[in-house]
Amino acid sequence: MADIFELRDIEVWDGNMAASHALRQAQVDVVAAYPITPSTPIVENYASFMANGYIDGEFVMAESEHGAMSCCIGASAAGGRVATATSSQGFALMLETLYSASGMRLPIVLNVVNRAIGAPLNVNGDHSDMYMGRDSGWIQIDCYNPQDVYDMNLVAFRVSEDHDIRLPAMVHQDGFMTSHTAQRVKTLSDDVAYDFIGEFKPMNDMLDLDHPVTHGVQTEEDWHFEHKARQHHALMSAVLPKIQEAFDGLKALTGREYNIVESYTMEDAEIAIVCMGTSVETAQEVSNELRAQGIKAGVVGIRVFRPFPLEQIADVLKGCKAIATLDRSSPNGTVGALYNELAGALFNTGTHAVLTNNIYGLGGRDLTKSSIHTIYRDLQANAQAGSPTTPLQQFIGLRGPKLSFF
Amino acid sequence: MLEIRWHSRAGQGAVTGAKGLAEVVATTGKNVQAFAFYGSAKRGAAMTAYNRFDDKVILNHEKFMQPDYVLVIDPALVYATDITENEKENTVYIITTHLSTKELVASQPKLSGKKVFTVDCIKISQETIGKAIPNTPMLGALMKISGMYDIGFFKENMLKVLKKLPQKIIDANMIAIERAYNEVK
Repeated sequence: MADIFELRDIEVWDGNMAASHALRQAQVDVVAAYPITPSTPIVENYASFMANGYIDGEFVMAESEHGAMSCCIGASAAGGRVATATSSQGFALMLETLYSASGMRLPIVLNVVNRAIGAPLNVNGDHSDMYMGRDSGWIQIDCYNPQDVYDMNLVAFRVSEDHDIRLPAMVHQDGFMTSHTAQRVKTLSDDVAYDFIGEFKPMNDMLDLDHPVTHGVQTEEDWHFEHKARQHHALMSAVLPKIQEAFDGLKALTGREYNIVESYTMEDAEIAIVCMGTSVETAQEVSNELRAQGIKAGVVGIRVFRPFPLEQIADVLKGCKAIATLDRSSPNGTVGALYNELAGALFNTGTHAVLTNNIYGLGGRDLTKSSIHTIYRDLQANAQAGSPTTPLQQFIGLRGPKLSFF
Repeated sequence: MLEIRWHSRAGQGAVTGAKGLAEVVATTGKNVQAFAFYGSAKRGAAMTAYNRFDDKVILNHEKFMQPDYVLVIDPALVYATDITENEKENTVYIITTHLSTKELVASQPKLSGKKVFTVDCIKISQETIGKAIPNTPMLGALMKISGMYDIGFFKENMLKVLKKLPQKIIDANMIAIERAYNEVK
């Protein structure tokens, strides 16, 4: 039996340490991993907990990220609680197996510490890897600070393993900006955290030898479409209510409130920034400064990126006159993903809001408050004109030519 | 909001120092941030670490900072990097050096007219801890110059931060903190 880890009510943890402790408290049966910057400390801390007797489960050092996720798939199909962590190029190498995990309906929790994808090689935080995963069939929950990382890991296990869901979940945090930034984290004791997640209940587990099952089958045109459509349907219909239920439970337990779409001073907002990760909080600080000047500014943070909360987004933005979507990933040939998602959510809703797109922060480039003020000034002009006063897509914080588009 | 920037070389303990300080400040109920710029981390490379402290929840995640205090724990960085970058009018500098404050300012004219204090954290850590790990003594010097906390309160809380280290090392760190507190000028 693993030793109890005595935690203080408030610890000063970076996002990686918060993830490691959440995995420890979840009493994961198998962690198979191949560490990569900036997610390495999640695995490193976990291995250290294990060496010091705080963990009963298995820990497998794989030969690659492809191997790590493959081990996770095997362990999950066998019938255990399973988790791992990765970033960037490692995530890219894992990608093929991510589709296997979701297609086989295996509830694996993957901590993705968001990082740029080379070339050029870069270890810092942007959302390229998170965006790469968006069609993979996983639930994707996004965190803005270390407290979120701790809480969202607990939520991820609970939702993912639910027998009405049985879909894998990613918990995203910004490389370095969250993963290596120590802040206050309010903790739960080991037994309270474990009780919130609940005991792992296997389903179609391969180690149940009395009830033999087959996982990972081949289905050609006769059944493939039905499998994929049902998988998508589960993601679209069952997941958001279950996440909301988990958020409600967490609020009752801790007083900390999370929402599928995080809206900040949006009740009467005329201009809004929509973004993800640490940028949500920095934008909140700037919107506070603007509110003090009487400017009706707000911020919308995407908490659940997949399934994308189309209705909730449209609802929170319904009174807005000008909206800027901020994408921390190079769209490489179109507008940013959030611009497309927002356009999709708002089209047919009768809105006349002006929608523009800002690409920012690639490879860890700082998003300064000063840049956010500039975006809000553009939004004010757009709201007044009733049409874009800037190019549709602008690059924020870029040196040299502006390279704006359209 | 109180903001601090550390100038260090990778391996000298600026990140540990920033995190240790954040742990102590967090025990008083304040909100904290401790982070660093690593780049591709190479031991000995110049690097910066940062602290933010506030009574309110800290929402700002920008890396840009106009620091209230600049802590330099490697003597050569006064010349090899720009430690005055993004300074404010009243930024306070606490610098590790074997020189006197007057000699230091003469050797780096950028510092003239600024609030500069000096202490030899390298020598103190070598003589107490036995290694050039100048982070904890710098915190002693910061307590003296900033008056953030009573040195007794600070040391008592640092004991909790360092509790997993061998007793001999903890004792040496306590002496190092006390010495820097007394020797910073």
